[in-house]
Amino acid sequence: MKNKNVTQFIGFMFLRLCIVLVIGALCIILYDIFSKGLPAISWEFLTESPKKGMTEGGIWPAIVGTFFVTVITALLSIPLGMGCAIYLNEYAKDGKLTRLIRMSIRNLSGVPSIVYGLFGVVLFVQMMHLDTCILSSGLTLGLMTLPWTITASEEALKSVPQSYRDGSLALGATKWQSIQTNVLPYAVPGMLTGTILGLARAAGETAPILFTGAAFFLPFLPKNWSDQFMALPYHLYIMSTQHHAIAEVRPLAYGTALVLIVLVFLMNLAAIIARYKLRKIRLE
Amino acid sequence: MVDSIVDIKTTTKADKVSTNQIKIQVKHFNFYYDTVQALKNIQMDIRMNTVVGIIGPSGCGKSTFLRCFNRMNDTINGIRYEGVIEIDGRNIFDKTLDVVDLRREVGMVFQKSNPFPKSIFENVAYGLKINGIKDQNFIAERVEYSLRGAALWDEVKDRLNKSAFALSGGQQQRLCIARALAVEPEVLLLDEPASALDPIATAKVEELIHELKKKYTILIVTHNMQQAARVSDYTAFFMMGELKEYDVTNKIFTNPKEKITEDYVTGRFG
Ligand SMILES: Nc1ncnc2c1ncn2[C@@H]1O[C@H](COP(=O)(O)OP(=O)(O)OP(=O)(O)O)[C@@H](O)[C@H]1O
Ligand SMILES: [Mg+2]
Repeated sequence: MKNKNVTQFIGFMFLRLCIVLVIGALCIILYDIFSKGLPAISWEFLTESPKKGMTEGGIWPAIVGTFFVTVITALLSIPLGMGCAIYLNEYAKDGKLTRLIRMSIRNLSGVPSIVYGLFGVVLFVQMMHLDTCILSSGLTLGLMTLPWTITASEEALKSVPQSYRDGSLALGATKWQSIQTNVLPYAVPGMLTGTILGLARAAGETAPILFTGAAFFLPFLPKNWSDQFMALPYHLYIMSTQHHAIAEVRPLAYGTALVLIVLVFLMNLAAIIARYKLRKIRLE
Repeated sequence: MVDSIVDIKTTTKADKVSTNQIKIQVKHFNFYYDTVQALKNIQMDIRMNTVVGIIGPSGCGKSTFLRCFNRMNDTINGIRYEGVIEIDGRNIFDKTLDVVDLRREVGMVFQKSNPFPKSIFENVAYGLKINGIKDQNFIAERVEYSLRGAALWDEVKDRLNKSAFALSGGQQQRLCIARALAVEPEVLLLDEPASALDPIATAKVEELIHELKKKYTILIVTHNMQQAARVSDYTAFFMMGELKEYDVTNKIFTNPKEKITEDYVTGRFG
């Protein structure tokens, strides 16, 4: 009896240690970035272009670039990802081919982002002659997030009970009506959450935009989908590894990191709010 | 117990129902889940505006049989069937038949009640809306009519806009009946509609079935022998996928042809 309790105590202590380690590491990183990044944040930093070889000025063009590139990523990956998920989960017969496709999609989500970057160069920049621009980068990131979007959306569809589908079919609904009125309303919150989390990760990626459109420094804001752009993660990469005066621009790099983290956090928050709002509607 | 109930409603009924014309014909019907045969060579004529009780031990194929009439089994992978089921002389497995139309005419209440996560009103109105009805007054009328028909109106009339999930199990089952009634089918399939109900609600549902057969042809699966005796005009006894006996209810419960039927309805079975 005693022995059992001791074992349990050790077990729980070990689990507690795990969580303390994880949260501890996270807190240290956040503290580091906030304490060193906050002093750099100012109205000018957020609204101006980099100046004097990026040793002064702000990151406004990078914020704008990241925003636009994420919009394109979303435009590609949300409709396509949800569409694929609906097809796979609702229409496709559960045969060998379907299982193979599903497995391939799961595997694609593990492919390193640099590989997507190279693929984007070949497909969008060279073969489709889009050149290096926001569009190419956005599409590359879109491809990268698709496996996550599809998988998350399929999970969301799976969580809708079969009896909702059967019930509406039995009342004379067509398959599409049943999906539209009795499946999607309950799956969309989950689909959106998964998708936004994917977008948040895409917004922080450097490798896929490295060769496809992101620029080291641009004196102007992107005006067109075919313009090159600056992006927060790439800017951060330059500032912390490629700059001629790395020590001097360290505070600016930390400021950039802080903005990027806050941006990703806001997107996750949006996902949580969207989920909460939509769930409330459905229970009314 | 069984006998006394049957006695009350003896004689007259059998003659009356036999004058009705045939609504449904099942001919040499076999059904398979992959390699497992769930229904074996079923032959059955069902008359219009009658109630057919379907009884038999668990797993004998009652639900499977019921789900054939609105082709809900089609949603299951790997099923196969042979033979014909005709409704109004038309084979429901005919390639030119639209299964969506079939399901409008053949309503179903599932064994496990399955309200949608919508308001009570929206649950009942659902079938009307997907069938393209937009007239709000008409929908409201039909919802009330259906809820009254399912003996639920008085209990929910003050909270039509509340979630259907807040209803009790028995109320949810009656809501599902109301939902099926709202689209005015011609045939109603009821899979153990009273299994989750208390005696009072059960009596209401049975009363309702009596009322409904004036308009509908009804197939009802039940594990309750008294209930089968009370509500059905004909009774079909299934065992291991075979239709062992099918006759006027009175006959099945008082003077069945097969020994096994007698054993089952008197509870001496197994
Ligand atoms: N989806 C399915 N796939 C494979 N086999 C099934 C499926 N559904 C039912 N069966 C099998 O078919 C047989 C008949 O099942 P069915 O559900 O029709 O029985 P039932 O008479 O309605 O039983 P109960 O009284 O318990 O509801 C059973 O042996 C069951 O295991
Ligand atoms: Mg059953």
